[in-house]
This record gives sequence, structure tokens and C-alpha cells, in this order.
Amino acid sequence: MKLDRTSFLTITGVLGLALVLAVLNQVTAVGSALHVPTYVLALTGKYLCFAMLALAVDLVWGFAGILSLGHAAFFALGGYAMGMYLMRQIGTRGVYGNPNLPDFMVFLGWKELPWYWYGFEWFGFAMLMAILVPAVLAGVFGWLAFRSRVTGVYLSIITQALTYALLLAFFRNDMGFGGNNGMTDFKDILGFNVQADSTRSALLVVSALLLCGQFLLARFVVDSRFGKILIAVRDTESRTRFLGYRPESYKLVVWVLSAVMAGIGGALYVPQVGIINPSEFAPGNSIEAVIWVAVGGRGTLVGAILGAILVNFGKTWFTGALPEVWLYALGAMFIFVTLFLPRGVMGLFRARTAKEPEPEPPTVAAAHEVTG
Amino acid sequence: MSDADTLLYLDGVTVTFDGFRALNALSLVLNEGEMRAVIGPNGAGKTTMMDVITGKTRPDTGKVVFSTGTDLTKLDEPAIASLGIGRKFQKPTVFEPHTVWDNLLLALAGDRSPRFSMFARETAEEKRRIESILETTRLTDQRYRRSADLSHGQKQWLEIGMLLAQEPQLLLVDEPVAGMTDAETEQTAELLREINKTRSVVVVEHDMAFVRALGVKVTVLHEGSVLSEGSIDFVSDDPKVIEVYLGR
Amino acid sequence: MHRLIALLLLMTLMLPASHAKADDAYEEIAASAQSISAANFDSVRRGIEELAVSDDPRAAVVIGALNDSLLFANEDHTLVIQQPDGTYVDARTGSPLPDLTDDDVKSVRVNNAVRSAIDAALGSLQLFAADAPKRLQAASAVFTSHDPAALPALDKALAKETNADVKRRMEQAKAAALLYSPDAGQSDKLAAVATLKARGDQDARSVLSTLAGETGPVAEAAGAAVVSIDRVLQIWSLAQSVYYGVSLGSVLLLAAAGLAITFGVMGVINMAHGEMVMIGAYTTFVVQQLMHTYLPSLYDISLLIAIPMAFLVSGGIGVAVERSLIRWLYGRPLETLLATWGLSLVLQQVVRSLFGANNRDVDTPGWMSGAFQLGGLNLTWNRMYIIVFAFLVVAALMAALRYTPLGLRMRAVTQNRRMAAAMGIRTPWIDALTFGLGSGVAGIAGVALSQIDNVSPNLGQGYIIDSFMVVVFGGVGNLWGTTLGALTLGIVNKFLEPIAGAVLGKIVVLVLLILFVQRNPRGMFPLKGRAVET
Repeated sequence: MKLDRTSFLTITGVLGLALVLAVLNQVTAVGSALHVPTYVLALTGKYLCFAMLALAVDLVWGFAGILSLGHAAFFALGGYAMGMYLMRQIGTRGVYGNPNLPDFMVFLGWKELPWYWYGFEWFGFAMLMAILVPAVLAGVFGWLAFRSRVTGVYLSIITQALTYALLLAFFRNDMGFGGNNGMTDFKDILGFNVQADSTRSALLVVSALLLCGQFLLARFVVDSRFGKILIAVRDTESRTRFLGYRPESYKLVVWVLSAVMAGIGGALYVPQVGIINPSEFAPGNSIEAVIWVAVGGRGTLVGAILGAILVNFGKTWFTGALPEVWLYALGAMFIFVTLFLPRGVMGLFRARTAKEPEPEPPTVAAAHEVTG
Repeated sequence: MSDADTLLYLDGVTVTFDGFRALNALSLVLNEGEMRAVIGPNGAGKTTMMDVITGKTRPDTGKVVFSTGTDLTKLDEPAIASLGIGRKFQKPTVFEPHTVWDNLLLALAGDRSPRFSMFARETAEEKRRIESILETTRLTDQRYRRSADLSHGQKQWLEIGMLLAQEPQLLLVDEPVAGMTDAETEQTAELLREINKTRSVVVVEHDMAFVRALGVKVTVLHEGSVLSEGSIDFVSDDPKVIEVYLGR
Repeated sequence: MHRLIALLLLMTLMLPASHAKADDAYEEIAASAQSISAANFDSVRRGIEELAVSDDPRAAVVIGALNDSLLFANEDHTLVIQQPDGTYVDARTGSPLPDLTDDDVKSVRVNNAVRSAIDAALGSLQLFAADAPKRLQAASAVFTSHDPAALPALDKALAKETNADVKRRMEQAKAAALLYSPDAGQSDKLAAVATLKARGDQDARSVLSTLAGETGPVAEAAGAAVVSIDRVLQIWSLAQSVYYGVSLGSVLLLAAAGLAITFGVMGVINMAHGEMVMIGAYTTFVVQQLMHTYLPSLYDISLLIAIPMAFLVSGGIGVAVERSLIRWLYGRPLETLLATWGLSLVLQQVVRSLFGANNRDVDTPGWMSGAFQLGGLNLTWNRMYIIVFAFLVVAALMAALRYTPLGLRMRAVTQNRRMAAAMGIRTPWIDALTFGLGSGVAGIAGVALSQIDNVSPNLGQGYIIDSFMVVVFGGVGNLWGTTLGALTLGIVNKFLEPIAGAVLGKIVVLVLLILFVQRNPRGMFPLKGRAVET
């Protein structure tokens, strides 16, 4: 696989940023002019995880035309898998000191660990689940949806219903995932203190590595013949069918892959922000992830990463400086980008290339006129 | 006609949309190696017939038998396409973001599974076939252009080229010369005759000059069933045809 | 006053027997005050019971005084009542006894048995009250206590009762008391069971079910009656569930009706639809505040005035949004979705800046509050009004689409835009008005929702997913489908709630809906025909 210049720049940029921040944090003394405070590491790590989510959304939206309004669900599921591992690592250091049960279960008066918590004390198992659970959910959902040819806005609406249902479910205490409060007060990850600067640095670098890995994987998929068929499916689904392709299989593969990428992002997100709760499932989160991609440039993988980082940096800045303005800014961004910047920030830099979607795909243009 | 020669056989096919009979007990036989022109006024059921054959629409009643006895009404579009039936749409439908070359590459007969396509590399054989189709469809010079940037006629040809790449036994071609210049129309007729040397073709067309130029058996559809069938001269003189189509 | 006393005297004379009884009662109670013994408590109880069924006009006062521990007796067995100012009056006549001091009297003591006798007596005294609702209440109280001691009073009251409702209730009370009376004969008890069975509600069931453990024909009859009552109750509870379902369905219908226009007819994915509802609710709030300040006399009908106002405000915003935003995005549903989501964030924030983030109180007018009973159904007025209102809105919407020139043009534009334009219809304006109509209907929904939900900037968000599900479920572009979809979802939801709990029930409904849409992407009532194929 040959890397084009943009991809090369992206990878060096992401890795370089993470390494520089981590090294500066580790080797310079607190108070020195070059010192990078730990919260910057956590914040950057968070952005990189969001970039993974954006990459996942872009893969299905930009290249397969599936506008998912529920991708944060996969992200959150991955996060919960990691959260469960971290909860089990607390052991007797919890408020109630129960070696087996997390605090919230003791609080609810539970006597035994529910069966679905078995195995989460092992890191490997938890990470497997962070991949498998989103994959299985996406697999079942996608198989049903794509097979019966649910497309366009209908698909978007039911993805949103999916994450909404999960939101309600995880709010319930009886689910055994900490209810409203979720999981927090983590202590160790693989034996290292989650709060420690060195752990933070390592987590940031790992996030950067995984993001680059995901980027290369997505690049490979998009550049392959599979990717070309995917774009064909996006723009002219029925034509691919008459050529003998099964669009549902192609969509399912990329959908599950995308869910896994989001799940991995979520798993790395949790130790860096230190909490996971049901609000991660809120439909608004998924839609926000879509706007990252739209801002960066739908259908350009680099754009997804760039958009996620830019928008979230903006969010951090706004909510710190002018909290009440943030929602205006976010809302205006949605409107502005869809009206005036259909190819996002990347569209400003780049000439039109074959990879980018038509601003007006012919398949949906017809939809408006037929209903009635 | 003997069964061995029959490629496609429609028997009593009926399709209704909300009480409207788009096809009404339509029966039609197409022989191996035959080219057939299908004409008829708007709403006669031409496109619906294509939809039924390619699996897009399931008939309420009736059978569609292909080749050695496969019932097409039980299959979906990809399965039917894989059996060797290619379809060209009325409006040229190509993969606009892709180059001419990639369009043909995706259409080439071969493994259609996601797993194969993920790791597939272009083989010398594939290159050779694409080159040859480019030649046939006179698109060699355009091979690296985005198909969105092609002219209308070039898109029509690219789509026919994609059909050829599929290597079907039967081609269904819906209004191939709509919007073409006279010269392009003439070339298209030539191209279809060329294709017909190795494959069966069904052409749906309004342009009577074009149908005459093809010089093949004509089936006239009206209100979802066959009104008349025979040579272009025969159907042109058929009083029923004149009544519903040509004369009025 | 004098004439009344004369009348009372006359009555007293005409009923010497009961008068004599009353005398005994006074004596018995007064005597008991002298010493504390079991026999004394017994005689007090007896005295109360006798007094209760005597026609003594002062019975209620005397027993009431006993209840309040204000009844005393002096040495010569005269019952006296202590007044609030500390003086005493003769219990029997009410005439003041200024010479009596605290040292001269002893209080009449009560124990638990006496206390329950007092309660029963006060209850049965109400049976003779002048106004019917009081008597009805008393009968119900007797029914609940089903104390056999009340039987004589009941018999008497029944003999005099003229109001059919009260009479029926008294008979039921008598039946309940009879079942607990050790002296009643079997045939009386069987008749009592039949009466209770006919009443057939939860209270009757609980009276009857206490007999279930016993043997004999009465217990058997009671057991059978309980079974039959259970069946009746089950039907009522089913009906109640259906009613709750229809009520929820009507709320969903209100929220989705506007969406059925903007999404169903125009194909515009308006994620800010919920905010149109929210703005309608805030309009209601503002209208109420203004009426409160400037037109307090019309305050009661402020909701009615809010309806057209909300329609205009939300509809106006809708037209503005269509002209400035939506029209650039026709044919790009996914982009529309994102842009309108952004719009929803902005609208929420605007409302938050104007009115604050907290809930605003919208008053429920008097004619909408309260509840009423229909058979075994408990119906609240506000829910009832919302159900009726929802159907009126949908009917009006259907009529507007079918019979008005604007509706005709809307349908023409959605069916064939180019043709409509060629016929001289100004399609851009029709688009704007259609979108305005959908948004206006959302605003009207906001008026209704302000009565049952918190009026906050987040009001709309709670309805957006549900509304889309309703429209998709019912079949896009079909108001009948939307109506049926909303009602079905409402009813299914309410039937799942007791089984699965409210939250889990909602999750189950969502999952079922997701599965349904995957099986039938075009909803319950899909549009068919060539047009859909494209």
C-alpha cells in the first residue's frame, strides 16, 4: 500500500503530537516553561479517541452513504467494557471494600457478581469484549437493516432509536452497569495507576498509535476494490445489484468494522477521562460526531480526524471561555457547514478528487419528489 | 421452437400496483442468440417487464424461466445478474465518482464477495479484457476520466461496456439511444448488432427508425400484454398496433 | 328558630317510644360516668347505639361531644357538655347551666369499643343528613366499616330514603354489614352476596373475600361472587389500560401530526420539530402571563387563545426556517437532518437565554382539572381534553389538506412538482406554507403538552425520536397511518408497562419498532405504485 502525502502527514502529525506532549510531560519539571501539564495529555488523548469515532462515522457515512445517528452507542459500549475492567481492578480499595463487587452493586444490596461481569477482571477479555460487543450489536442490527433495504433517513432514524433505547437501558440500576452514575473512581490499569503522569503519557501514545492504525486500515479498505464498490453502492446502489453485487454484504462488513473502530476508541477514552456513564449514549453525542466529520470533510479520512480535533478543541475553549455561546456555535456550525461547506475544511484545501462524494447524490434527489 | 433453443420464457406474468395492472398475463419467448425489440406506448409495461426479469419486481402470478429451467421469480437481483442477465437503464447509470477504467473493472465477471474484493489485485487478464471493451465501446481515450465528466452518449456506451464486462448471456437494454445524436444512434445500432453475435439482446425503444435499423423481430406491448409480434413491417401494418400506438 | 323548636317538639311527642329510648340512652351514659368498669363501658356503647337510632335531634351534638371528650355527667345523672368558654350546657336540651363548675362533673370515659361505637354512630347519624351527597358519603363509610351495629340505622335511613343513588349505596352498605352480622339469617346473607356481586368493584370484592375461608352456602356464594367480580374488574382494568394507551397515543399523535406534514408529505427531515412544539408551549406560557396581567377576566380561557397564537408563532418560525434554510437543501435529506439539528440547538439556546433553563409553570384552568368516574374507569379531565383535542387537530389537518385550495396545491406540489409549477402554482410559496403548516401544528401540540409536561427548553427533545418513529411506523405521507401508528404505540406501551416497568417497556417498544421498520421499511400503510419504485 502506497501512502499519499496527506496520509503521511496525518500519521506523522498525530504520532508526533502525542510523542512530543508525552515526552515533554515526562522529562521536564513541573513549572518549567516547556512542561506540559497532565490535563493537556488527558485532553489530547480524549480528542484522539473522538477522532477514532469520527473515522468510524466517516467510513460508513462518507464511503457507504450510511448516516449513522447512533455511532456513539458503539463507542460507549467499548467504553463500558473498559470501565468494567477498571471497576474490577479497584478490588478492596472501594468505599465498601468488597473484593468482588463494585461499590454500586454493594450499594444496591447485590450479593453476587452478575454472570455478564465474569471475566472482566482480565484485561485481554475486557478488550476482546470492547471489540466483540459493538461488532455483534452492529452485526445483528446491520444484517436486519441492510437485508430489508432500509436506507437513507429511515436508517438514520432507527440508528438513533437504537442508541436511545440503549441510553434508557443503561440508566436502569438493574442492568448492573452502575445506572445513572455509571462507573468512575478508577485506580489501576494493568497494574499502573490511572492517575499517574506516566500512565497518562502512555495512554496518549497508545491512543495515537491506535488512531494511526485505524487510519491505515481505513485507508486500505477505501483504496481497495472493496472501497470502490462501496462508493458505487453509496451513489448507485441499485446499479451494483444489477451487476451481481450484494450491497447488503458490503455495507454489513464496513458497518461492523466501523462499529469495532468506534468501540476501540471508547475503550481508550474511558481511562483518560476517568468516567463512563449512560449520557455517552445520548442521541446528541452521535449527531455531534457526524458534525465533526462534516466539518472536516465527509469522505476524506484525514478530514474526519481533523474535524474531530478542531471541533472538540473549539468546544473545550468555548465551554471554558463563553459557556452559553457554545450551543449557538455548535448549532451554527451544523447549519453553516451543510449550507456553505459541503466538503468541509478539506474541501477548502483540495481540488475535487474521485474519492469525494457528489454534493448531491442522485439516489436521494428522487426521494423528495416521490413521496406524496 | 424447441426448448433447447429457448433462453427466456415468460408465462402469464401479472403485476399489479394498487389495483393497476402493469403487466397482464404477459407471455413472451426469447430464443438463444436472438435480438428482440420491444415497443409500446407509455405505461404499456415495458420497464415493468424488465423489472420482473431482473428480479426488481416480483410478479403476483406467472413464471419467468431462464436458460435451463431456473425460475427467476424466486431470485433477487444479484443472483439473477450472476446467472448472466445484464441490464442497462433508461437513464445512463454509471458509477460517477469512478474512472471509466474502474467502472469496467467493477463490472468484470468474477467473484462478487466482499472478502475477495478487499484483497483483489488487478490481474493481467483483467487489464486485457478492459482494454478490449474500451476498444469496442470507443472509450479508450477516456479510460482515466471520471465517468461523471463523460458526455451523455459516452455514458450510455460506458454502461453498455459494463454490461459486456459482465459477460451476460442476455442483455436487457432500455432506450439506449434516447438523447443521442443521429451519428451516435447509428453507431449504437452497430454496437448492438456486434454484441448480438455472441449474446441475446432485448431492446426497449421508442425510436422507430432505430428499431427499423436493428432489423429484428418486434414485440408490441399494450396495457401489460403482447398486442402484436413479428417483423417491423408486419407490426407496422397491424391495425391493432396502428390503433393504439402509431396511428392515433 | 322558635318554629323549628316547636316542630322538633312535635316530632318528639309523636315518637314517644324512641323518645323513651333516648331517655334510657342518656341515663345509661350518664350513669357510666360515676365509675369505671367493663359493664359501664358496655352501657355507654349501648347508649350511643340507641341514641344514634333515636330521633333525638341533639344525638349528633351529644355523640360529637363525647368524641371530643367534652361530655360530662353531674351527680344527679344529668349529661352536660362543656362549651369552648368552659361553661356547661344541658346535653339533652342545650340550655345553659351557669352554676355548674368543673368540680361538679365527671367526664364520660371511653375505651376502644366505645370509640368505634362513636365512629359508627357518627357515621349512621350522617345517614339522616339533609343533603344527598352527605348521606351518600355516610353510606359509603358504613360500607367500608361494614359494622353490623349500623344495621338498625341503615334500615331506618333506607325506609326514608328517596334518592335512588343513595338508596342503592345504602342497600350495598346494608348487605356488607349483614354479612358480618352474626344474627343475620342465611337467606338474608345470600341476598347480601348477590347485592355485593352486582356492585362488582374492588371494595365489594374485599368485603366478600374475607368470607372465602369459611364454609357453607354463603361462603360458596361469596367465593363465586369474588370470581365473577374479578372478571369484571379485569375487563375494567383492561379498559383503563386502553384508555391510558389512547391518552399516550394522543400525545404522540399531537407531537407527530406536524411531522406527518413536514416529513410525511414534504420529505423534509426536520430535527427541530420538537423545538417547534417547545416554542408552542412557551407561547402558551407567555399568553397566560399576558392575560394574567392585562385581561384577568379572560384568564380561564387563556389556553384557547394560546392555540391560534402558538400556531402563528411556530408556523411563522417554520416559514422563516423554510425560506432561509430548508429550501437550499431539498433533495438532500441527510444534510437537512444535520442542518435542522443545528437549528434545534440554536432554538433551545435562544429559549434558554430568554426564559431561563428552569421549568416554567403553565396553569391548568379549572375546567381542565379534576377527574371523573365512568363505570370502573377513572378519567382525568386534562387527559380527556387532550385526547379529544388531538383528534380534532388531525381531523382539521385532513380537512385542510383535502378541502382547502391550499391543501389542493400542497398535494399537487408533492405529487408532481414540475407539473404543478407548469400549472402556475408558486411551488416555493407552497413549500414554505406547507412547512409552516407542519410547524404550526407542532406549536398547537405544544399548547396541549404544556398541560402535562414540564415546559422547559428541553421539552421538544423528549418527543422527537418518538414522533419520527410514529410517522415511520404509520407509513410516511399518510395521516391515517400516523393516527393509527400513534394509538398503537401508545396502547402497546401502556400494556407493556405493568409487565416490564415503564423504562423497560419503552425500550421494548423501541426495539420492536426497530425490528418492525427493518421488516417493513415503508411502515404499516405503505404507499404503493410505480412512483415508490424510483
